[in-house]
This record gives sequence, C-alpha cells and structure tokens, in this order.
Amino acid sequence: MSEIKFEIDGIKVKAKKGETLLDAAQDAGIFIPTLCHHEKLEPFGGCRLCIVEVEVKGWTKLVVSCVYPVEKDIIVRTRSEKIDRIRKTIIELLMAHAPDAPELKKLAKEYGASRDRYEKDPSFCIHCGLCVRYCAEVKKANAIGFVDRGINKEICFVPEIASQMCNDCKECFPLCPTSYLQAAFVLTESLIA
Amino acid sequence: MEIDKVDKIIDKHGGDASSLLQIMLDVQSENNWLPKQALDRIGEKLEVPMNRIQHIATFYKAFSLVPKGRHNVHVCVGTACHVRGATRILDSVEESTGIKSGETDLDLKFSVETVNCLGCCALGPVVEVNGKVHGKMTPVKTSEALKLYE
Ligand code: SF4
Ligand code: FES
Repeated sequence: MSEIKFEIDGIKVKAKKGETLLDAAQDAGIFIPTLCHHEKLEPFGGCRLCIVEVEVKGWTKLVVSCVYPVEKDIIVRTRSEKIDRIRKTIIELLMAHAPDAPELKKLAKEYGASRDRYEKDPSFCIHCGLCVRYCAEVKKANAIGFVDRGINKEICFVPEIASQMCNDCKECFPLCPTSYLQAAFVLTESLIA
Repeated sequence: MEIDKVDKIIDKHGGDASSLLQIMLDVQSENNWLPKQALDRIGEKLEVPMNRIQHIATFYKAFSLVPKGRHNVHVCVGTACHVRGATRILDSVEESTGIKSGETDLDLKFSVETVNCLGCCALGPVVEVNGKVHGKMTPVKTSEALKLYE
C-alpha cells in the first residue's frame, strides 16, 4: 500500500492511505484530545474536540481529525490560538450538561474553560455515543440506543435485552466520560426488576 | 394491529433492512400508530436491532408510539401564521378539543400537534385536519370546522 507523507506540528509523518489524521498523529506520538473516539470502534466524529487545522496549498481549514483521512503534503496544526479557542468553547458547552465530569474538568483546566459560561442543562449525557456504539459494534448486543433528537436526545436501554445481558457485562460503564450511563442503567434495572 | 397485516407490508417491500423506514411509515399510516408487537415483528423479519428501530421511531415526528386520534389536527405556528394570530387559533383548537398540543383525547377522536410551516403562508393562519388545509382561520371558524369531524 502506498505511503502518504505529510506534516503534523512541524514533524514529518507517514501514514497509510485511508488512515485518519488522529491515528497518524497518535502513531507519531502527537497528542490530540478526544472524547468520543475509541480504537475498537468505527470513527464517529460526535464531540468535535479533536478538531485541528489543515493547510492545503496555502488554504487553511478546520477538520475533525478522528474522521478526516490523511492526504499527501498537507500541513496539520493540532494547537493554535484558534484551535484552542474552539476547544475551549466546546468544553464549555459540554460542561453545561455535565459540569462535574472529571474528564471535562481536566480538559477545562488545560484550555482555560469556565464551567459556568453557559446556562446549565444538566442532562449529563454528552452524546458521545461510546456506550451505544460499544454495545453494538463490540458486544453485538444492541442493548442500549439513543432515542429522540436534538436537545431531547438521550440514551435508552432496551429492557428485554438489558435484563438478560447487562448485569454480566457492564463493559460500557467505564467508557462514559460523565458516568451518567451507570446511573441510567441502575434506573433501568430498578424499573425492570 | 394484526400481525399478518404487518407481514403483508413487510413483504410488499421485499423484507429488506434498507426498507425499514418505508415499512414503518406504512404501518404508521395504516394503523395510525406503531404498536410494540408490530415493531418487534419488523425487527425480527428485517433483522434490525430494536435500539435502531426505537431511535428511528422517536426521531421522526411522523411516528407515534401511542395510539393517535382519528383526526389529526395540525396548527401552524410558523412565523407567518404566528404574526397573523396562530396563538389564538391554537387556543381555540385546544378549547374545542379539550387537549393540548402533543396530546390525544381519551375517545381517540383528535390528536393536536403544532407545526412550523405548512408552506402556504399566504393562507395563514392555517390549520390542517387530516391533510386538508383550512386557510385564513379565525377562532370562530376553527371551532366551527372542528365540529364537522365525528
Ligand atoms: S451515557 Fe455516557 S457513554 Fe453513553 S452517550 Fe452519554 S456520555 Fe456517552
Ligand atoms: S474524538 Fe473526534 S469528534 Fe470526538
């Protein structure tokens, strides 16, 4: 397979065709923050935190690195004033939903985000889809899914499957960046018991 | 809804998972809502997991997971109808039917829903009942029109 050569943060890197920018950066030891990415799961591009700047022939654009395939001769910047500002806003928006999530707190510190910038809507789930996708793609159980849409979107267990399988698995619990998932399961469990 | 009716709809679409949405729409229009047994059957035959079906059924406003009334009343509250007094029309609909937007009455006569533009702003304020457009409505005309439905 042909190798693609390009540049990330001034470092020359090589990647295979079809690989994502995020994978290439991680292989080169360059850190990009992520929330909805998981190496065992298909790229999702839900949280937008992994956003980076890509320069093609002098034109700069913003792309989401976990779903963007590598291209020849591009120049990638994973940190810049603009990127940091965007990530700060993303974190602040997510914190309106999950103000005390440890992962978000850590990110907030790094990017100087304020947890109280936006009016709180403590729905706790930040729609990263890790639980839903892990259950479907890795466990092939489909015990949990999303329902509704937009600001009303939330996770929902399928009671028939959850009552059979979830107690012995619970592998999705530690994936949740806000630990809301666990609470939702405990609730479901009490309802189906 | 009887299971063979569901089966018939599934067969009509070739029983393929890519026809999921179309099958759900057909069940919705034939039965006026999506009963759990019908969804279970669709999932089983099309080999689509229930979490996907749940997501779709709750994503689109066209679907209902609870029984709907015989007459669907859509009150437009889009910008043009709003400035022409849609709020008063909605009040009148709610008063005539005894239910609020998003609800269905106990006799399953009416379901009331607000919509955000039916595409005929010149006729505003607009109320649509079972797909029939009633234009240039007034509160009195609205309650009169609703009396015609059994
Ligand atoms: S419950 Fe947690 S893991 Fe699941 S989608 Fe929401 S934030 Fe992500
Ligand atoms: S990690 Fe790329 S969008 Fe979430």
